[in-house]
Order: sequence, then structure tokens, then C-alpha cells
Amino acid sequence: MSLLEIENLTVDIGGHPILRDVSLSIAPGEALGLVGESGSGKSMTALSVMRLLPEGARISGAIRLDGEDLTALSEPAMCRVRGARVGMVFQEPMTALNPLKTIGAQVAEVIRIHRADPDPEAAARRALTRAGLPPQQFPMDRYPHDLSGGQRQRVVIAMAVALRPRLLIADEPTTALDVTTQAVILDLLKTLAREDGAGLMMITHDLAVVADMADRIAIMKDGAVVEAGPTAPLFRAMSHPYTRSLFAASTHRPERDRRPLGEPVLEVREAVRDYALPRRRLFGPRPLFRAVDGVSLAIRSGENVGLVGESGCGKSTLSRAILGLEGLQGGEVSLVGRPFSPAAPAERRRDIQVVFQDPYGSFDPRWKVADLVAEPFHLLRPRPAKAERRARVEAMLEAVGLRAEDAERHPHQFSGGQRQRIAIARALITEPRLVVLDEAVSALDVSVRARILDLLAGLSDRLGVSYLFISHDLHVVRAITDRVLVMKAGKVVEEGETETVFAAPRHPYTSELLAATPDLEAALAAREAATA
Amino acid sequence: MRLGSVRVSSGFVVGAVLTVLFVGAAALSYAWTPWSTEGLSIASRLRPPGGEHWFGTDHFGRDIFSMIMVGARTSITVALVAVAIGAGIGVPLGLAAAAGRGGWLDELVMRFNDLVFAFPALILAILITASLGPGAVNAILAIGIFNIPVFARLTRGAALSLWAREYILAARAAGKGAARISFEHILPNTANLLIVQATIQFSLGILAEVGLSYVGLGAQPPTPSWGRMLAEAQTMIYVAPWFAIFPGLAVALTVLGLNLMGDGLRDALDPRLKGRA
Repeated sequence: MSLLEIENLTVDIGGHPILRDVSLSIAPGEALGLVGESGSGKSMTALSVMRLLPEGARISGAIRLDGEDLTALSEPAMCRVRGARVGMVFQEPMTALNPLKTIGAQVAEVIRIHRADPDPEAAARRALTRAGLPPQQFPMDRYPHDLSGGQRQRVVIAMAVALRPRLLIADEPTTALDVTTQAVILDLLKTLAREDGAGLMMITHDLAVVADMADRIAIMKDGAVVEAGPTAPLFRAMSHPYTRSLFAASTHRPERDRRPLGEPVLEVREAVRDYALPRRRLFGPRPLFRAVDGVSLAIRSGENVGLVGESGCGKSTLSRAILGLEGLQGGEVSLVGRPFSPAAPAERRRDIQVVFQDPYGSFDPRWKVADLVAEPFHLLRPRPAKAERRARVEAMLEAVGLRAEDAERHPHQFSGGQRQRIAIARALITEPRLVVLDEAVSALDVSVRARILDLLAGLSDRLGVSYLFISHDLHVVRAITDRVLVMKAGKVVEEGETETVFAAPRHPYTSELLAATPDLEAALAAREAATA
Repeated sequence: MRLGSVRVSSGFVVGAVLTVLFVGAAALSYAWTPWSTEGLSIASRLRPPGGEHWFGTDHFGRDIFSMIMVGARTSITVALVAVAIGAGIGVPLGLAAAAGRGGWLDELVMRFNDLVFAFPALILAILITASLGPGAVNAILAIGIFNIPVFARLTRGAALSLWAREYILAARAAGKGAARISFEHILPNTANLLIVQATIQFSLGILAEVGLSYVGLGAQPPTPSWGRMLAEAQTMIYVAPWFAIFPGLAVALTVLGLNLMGDGLRDALDPRLKGRA
């Protein structure tokens, strides 16, 4: 018998349909992968099971956990289910923990709420040990801010599994984590669910992750399940066109022409960036933290360079120095052959522009697209006349795949992918020689990401602009760069042709990164070998 | 309730109606009052409220309704100009402090704020008016000075979080200077907050003006003012309670109206509270 059975689940919020006729089931000990792009309803399905839907949501259909219909339970009865029989792991370990309570108290709280345990602390200690935070090394009186992102996620997992729930729901549990951390957290989730014989509902947008984790997969689109089945056969057959397009998008590599290499656009020599930390003693000197430690790199016109590393390795700090937003404590940056620093005259900035990660935060919400894209015209001397500015903005909007009429709209009227196109238009409007793409496609859905990568590749060939592509996502870097640098703890540990580095990494850290990156093909092969 | 495309609470509507009522009364008093507030008429002194004098008369026989109308003029002008001084100086200071965050200017502005905040506002306002001489202009100055750090601190706090946004980084990469970014991007995006704070400071300004004129340091006789009416009514509270009740009600209702309106504005303008009002 199934552990969880969802039958014809339909949800609407304020009259808008959110889920349509979703039917799923999970057997004890089984892992179900729920895959889809943003807005597909995968998180809403999980929240329906927990009955944590937003206010005004109407739910119909049945959700049975061990045969008991959860949709019929009263709110107090549901409170006894949450945390005890269904555990949940969230995406952002930063916000899923209360910063004012110790990790031990937070795990013990789950136990205290549900059970008259004589010693909840002991149970919390056991849960934390299972989640890989043994109290000998990680005392229970630590606070969330004492821990790293991966360790925080372990605390969240300890809370979810503390009462050995029948069902464990993990909603994008590793999206906010680095790849090496992601690998161990995924492994931990899989092991814990198996040990308890619990069902695991794994929600993700990453096909490689889900192929590794899930025994069965349901692919969702627009609030409905379009295809479901056992993992390996489903990926091999891919009978639904949406599954095929999702698969194609996640392994997509844009076509690029190799351009002849020209003169250096950017040279960074022995860059050092120190941050002053808070004083330890009242009159003592402020200790320094070296975020970038003697980094040298060069980008020539006609090539795209990738900068890879995990969070905190100094890649964003380096990019700010390159952009001339922050100064260096040692070394120098030169742009198109001339030294470049925050003190450089504004018109020199036209040669270097930037696209950021967050398509929602990179625009002033009160400005129109026309003014946003035209903002860098500020750098041109003489400043083009109004009519010319307008004509160039409209031409650039069309070049990035939007319409000229879009100039009159506000950023909130666009989707994430369209906003990223606007950001690219803004970066290219001054015809720069170099564009820094700081995690520019990381927040986008796979199909949108594939189209943005195509656009970027096409534009770099057509406009002769070079990219410095900063990312933690090795797939993306491999798809769009000619050369790659691997950064760790402020230093470049490996540098070379992208294909060479990926095929035969020389530095152990690079090998570690590559090994940790989920690989769809490898996961499927392993799965088939196991069943054969 | 909805006003155009904006959802507003019923509290906002009550607040707005009260505010419009008092501002309207103040404006009307320039053109018309039921009685003159300057002539004394000892014969008709301390009349209770009735058909002839709606709110009764005071100990000089002046019509209380008319005096409240003219008094509203004084209170509103003083508070409005004081808020303008506070915002006019405080907002640029806050913007500058945020633009030079961590630098000497930031330090200077914030320590000046601490200095002003360290003194009880009304006591120091009394000191200022007492040393510069009583009168409406000095009351405006005294209240205005205490509005500066309120606006400076609020603006700096809101601006600091905006400076970390990516669109500000993009504007910096576009070569815009700190002053330009402050006025083009930061100020418009803190406007909601500032508007709400201004309504709250406005109501506090009215209370401060009433307080100053109550101790005789506000507008001087014969200009009617709510605070002095209250002070004069105090000794006659058993003989002519209406003399104290009506100015007191006027103060309470104006402040209540402004606060309700401020709360309503905050709910309507804050995107995080959208859909809940």
C-alpha cells in the first residue's frame, strides 16, 4: 500500500487555478522526484500535503497519508501531523532557522511539541548526530550564525527527521548550497529516508539531481503532471515533448564561432583585496581578511573567460574590483591597455559593463525600461541626443529579443528571463569591450537559461564583446567559455582552456568540484546498472 | 475599501476625513469665522454652548468655535513648517550619510543625531523658545530642529539597504556619482517611508506646538492658540467645562486623524502589507 496517495488534487487561490488534477503516490522507502520550472506547481503540491497553502486557497481531491485523508483533518489535528508524521526541509537554511535560538533548542522544540519526552535534549542530540552534527564537534548551544550554509541545512534536516516521520518533503534543499556541499546533503537525505523507511518527496528543477535521488519522477508543468514513471525508463523514453524540451534545455550548449584572438581587453596583475574586520580589542588594530590574494588574469578580445568557485572564494569581490566599484590593496587592473580603478574618469567605464544574478533586484522598480536601458548613456561624451538615445534603446531591445514597444513598460511587467534580457540590453548599450556576467543565468529556469545562453553567445560573436563569466555552475561555464579559471580561498588554483580543464583537471580542488557536480548521464547509468 | 487602484483601510478614511475637516476649518478661518476673535465682550462671557455660540464663549466673551478655527491655523502652520524644516534638512543629511557610509560624513551626521536625540525634545524646545523669546516663529524653529534627526536617521536606514541593491551597483557601473544616484534612485524609493513619517511628525508637531503654547511659549496673545486656550480654561474647569473640552477635543481629534491617516498610508504604500488591509 502506498504511504502517500494524492488523488485528483485541484487547488485554486482566489479563483486562479494553481494545481489541476494532480495524482501522485509514494511507497514506503521510495523517493519521488517532483520536477518542473518555476510556477509549475511543484512547491504548491508539497504545501498542499502539509496544508500550508496561502490564505484563500481552495482545495479539492484527496491526500491520503497511510490511508487517512489529510484534507478532512481539522487544523489542530493537522498540527499533530506536521513535523511528526511529515517532515519538511526548505530551500533556504538561512531563513528556515530562528537566529535567536540555539540549534539544540530548535531541534528539541520539535520533539517537545509532539511528544511527552522526558529528555527532549537527548533526542535532539541523537537527531543532530544522525544529520552529521555530532555534539562533540558541534555543541548544541551553537547559534545558526555560527554554522556554514551546509551545516545549517543539516540542522533543518535534523529537525525534519527528529521524530522519524513517515514522509520527508525536501523543497529544493540544495539550491542555495555550493556543489560540494550539495553532494553530501543529498546523500544524507537519501540515507536518512532509507534508514527510517520513510517516503521522500524531492522537489527540484535540476534534472541531474533528481536522476540521482529519485526512484520515480513526476514532471509538472502549469499545475499538472505531464509525465510520471520510474526514473531511468522515463529519461530514456521521454515520451512527452515537454520532458524532451526540459532535457534538451538542461544539457544545452549554444553554438559558437571561434573568433580570432585580438589585443588584451582586461589584464589583472597580482590583485589583492583586503577587508578590515571588526576590532577584537578596544584599541587593538583591526584584523584584515584577504578576500582576493594575488590573482592575475587576462582576457583578450574575442574570447570568453569563466571564473568558477564556491561561495566565499572571492570571485564576486574580484569582479567588483574589475568593474572599478571597489579599490585594490595591491596589484592593478588595466582595461583596454590603460589602468582602471574607481578613480578612473566615468567615460572609461563605457568599455566595461555588468549583468547581475537577480533579475528582480537589478532594476529600479520605478523606472521605465527605456530609461533603465539608457542609463549607461550617461557615460558617453558627448551624450547622444534624445531621439538617437531612443532609437538605440529600441534597436538594442530588439537585438536581445524584446520588442521596441517594451521600452514604455515597467520592469515588474516582465518575466525573469525577459528581465535578464533587459539587463543584457543595458550592459551592451554603450558597446562595451567586456561584460562581466556575475551568475547572470543562475536564477533562471533551465529552458529560459538555454535561450539566454544562446542570446549571449550570438551577441558576443556579433558585437565582438568578451565576457567574464562568473558562476558556480560548471555546466554553464563549460557551455559558453573558451578559458576558465578556478578560484579557491582568494587564489586562482587552476587556469586553462575550458575543455582541457574539464576533461583533465590538474588541481585536486578542480577534480573535487567536477566530481561533486551532478551528472545526468552518470546518474542514469548507475541507476540502470543497479536494476540490471 | 478602494481608492482608485489603491486599497485603503477604513481607518485611513476616518483619518483623512478628520484631517480634511481641520485643515478646511483653518483655511476657512482666513475668510470667515462665525464671530470675530479679536473683540472682547465681557457681557456675554462664559456662555454655555447654544444656538448663538455653538461651543460657548470664554472668559472674555470670545466665541470658542471661532477661536478653535483660528487656533487650527496656528497649530497646522507651525507643525507643517517644522516638518518641512525637518525633512528639508534631515533627508539630504540622511542621503549623504548613506552615500558616504562608514566614512567621516556618516559618522558626523549620526553623532549629531545622537546628540539631538539625547535631549528630551520638548524640554529643549522650551529652552530654545525661552532663550530666543516666545512666538510662533521660534516655536517652528524649536520643533523643526528635533525633526531633523528623525528624518536623517530614517532616510539613512532605508538608503543603506538600497545601496546594496544590484540596480544601484548597475548605476555605479554606469558611472553615475553618489549625488546623482541618491536623487535619481534612492530618494524616490524611500519616498513611501518618508511620506508616512511626515504625517506622524506632523501630528507630533501639533502636540508640541500645543505644549509650547500651553506653557506660554507659543503664539502670543491675541492670536488664538489651542494650547493657551487649554491653559486659560484650566482655572475655570468647574465653572465653564466647555472652555476646556472643545479645544481639548480639537487637539485629540486632529492628532488621532493624522495618526490614522499615517497608519493607513503605510499599509497602502508598503508592498509587503499589500492584500492584507
